[in-house]
Amino acid sequence: MSKRVGMEVSIAVSEAVKLADVDIVAAYPITPQTHIVEHLSELVADGDLDAEFVCVESEHSAMSAVVGSSAAGARSFTATASQGLALMHEILFIASSMRLPIVMVVANRALSSPLSIWNDHSDIMASRDCGWIQYFVENGQESFDHVLIAFRVAEDPAVSLPAIINLDGFVLSHVIEPHILLDEEEVARYLPPFRPVSRLDPDHPVTMGDFATPEFYLEVKKAQEAALRDSRAVIDRGWKEFAELTGRQYQAVETYKADGAEVLLLAMGALGETASVAIDRMRERGLSVGLVKLRLWRPFPAEDLRQALGDARKIVVLDRAISFGAATNPVAAEVAGLLYDAEPRPRIFNMVIGLGGRDVRVEDFEAILEKALGEDSAPGPVGEYELIGVRE
Amino acid sequence: MIETRFHGRGGQGAVTSAELLALAAIQEGKFAQAFPSFGPERRGAPVLAFSRVDEEQIRLRSQIYDPDVILVLDSSLLDILDVTDGLKEGGTLIVNSNLPMKELASRFHFEGNLWAVDATRIARECLGRPITNTTMLGALLRATGIVDIESVSEPLRHRFGLIAAKNEKALRAAYEKVEKEEIRP
Repeated sequence: MSKRVGMEVSIAVSEAVKLADVDIVAAYPITPQTHIVEHLSELVADGDLDAEFVCVESEHSAMSAVVGSSAAGARSFTATASQGLALMHEILFIASSMRLPIVMVVANRALSSPLSIWNDHSDIMASRDCGWIQYFVENGQESFDHVLIAFRVAEDPAVSLPAIINLDGFVLSHVIEPHILLDEEEVARYLPPFRPVSRLDPDHPVTMGDFATPEFYLEVKKAQEAALRDSRAVIDRGWKEFAELTGRQYQAVETYKADGAEVLLLAMGALGETASVAIDRMRERGLSVGLVKLRLWRPFPAEDLRQALGDARKIVVLDRAISFGAATNPVAAEVAGLLYDAEPRPRIFNMVIGLGGRDVRVEDFEAILEKALGEDSAPGPVGEYELIGVRE
Repeated sequence: MIETRFHGRGGQGAVTSAELLALAAIQEGKFAQAFPSFGPERRGAPVLAFSRVDEEQIRLRSQIYDPDVILVLDSSLLDILDVTDGLKEGGTLIVNSNLPMKELASRFHFEGNLWAVDATRIARECLGRPITNTTMLGALLRATGIVDIESVSEPLRHRFGLIAAKNEKALRAAYEKVEKEEIRP
């Protein structure tokens, strides 16, 4: 199938979940939720998807339910956002430590208070270290595709880890746009049935999520960390084989007009598309700017990013969350660590942008990049960052 | 790229108008987006929706600030906000109004084309209720030609099922009846 079909991004995501033929969807159905699980509940009720829809009383229970179902060998999906992800926080760590290949879509939204239903990355950055594979997608097509890619990678016996697909709340989740869908036969060629490494089975008892004394805990954590780092090879293979199936090639880090640029802009999620328009406009004006997009957040693609940032003397790092009281903000901290021993060390301009749904325009990117072009490449003050668009 | 801003009140279906336009455009093989101005959803409160239609893939994901086309579903909004804010020079304003055209036109000071139709009346006649989203979409298609009127049938059927025919009738009636007036500042 190659015809583009118009639908809301959330609906496209649930169609991908249907194509993945999941066994269990467990979700809390009320705010902060998206149309993703609403449409899945319709698909199950109408008999279009042969799965259990477990309507739970909280996101804590939603995550607990898919931990149980995944441990029993069922392909399991959930979706949430904002406070919902925060309420899951405790169980996120259990899912990854128990090596359960659950797939979850997080429609990234701000955290309260003040109460905000709008988009930023505060939710996922607060759960950043939960041990899941974490993707950031930038449009509806990537959202649809990554549901299938995420299951394929997560369930690979060499990985056996859960995965989060971060898609920007509202800015993506509520937009109608064209998608190229896959059919069941194409998906069957790409995504094999789930064969868990081990599962709860009364006839063959195993223990999962056991008690570990200090003699054992450290070794378990080492194994878990190695599994997440090593998942990178499987992720790359998942993307490569997806490209062979569809022609759509994804990479951990992508560049846009970045070659030889004096200033590079680093973006994640839906901002990347709008930013690319700003890069086009500025390149037409003869300005030396380029774009680097980070699609894979965990495992962090350190080598790829270092290569993509190349010899740029100035790097503008966008953050969509504040790390309160920290030396710098989440993405900038990662990039600063990565470039600590780069020679010469580029200057990092950390810009916090689009918090709580504040609209981000092409002109905002142009202003940010022009400012960086006008500055020296010598290191700025420690911990310096700017809140873009804030009213003083 | 043609950018359209839709003004309505919660419950009148401004978001649906934007969605139907985008779905029809995608059906024609074009690229399109539709999205609401995200906010607390209250019946009767002023709401905004947006659409973009282009021959090429659309990369813009900000709201729309200087639209080519503005569609107003509810004439009472004219009293409380400047619906022409940001309209491009030579742009198109389409209003649901039962005022005589000259009287309506005298209220505006932009450079472009004003189109008007009594969509509330058409909607009452065709649908039995004053929900003007599909009716005003008919006016928009005539005024702008963004998509062919035939391309809307399938999205209408998908969206409205049994009452799609009534909505299509309202849409076609507005398409026929909408009138144009050039506005010069």
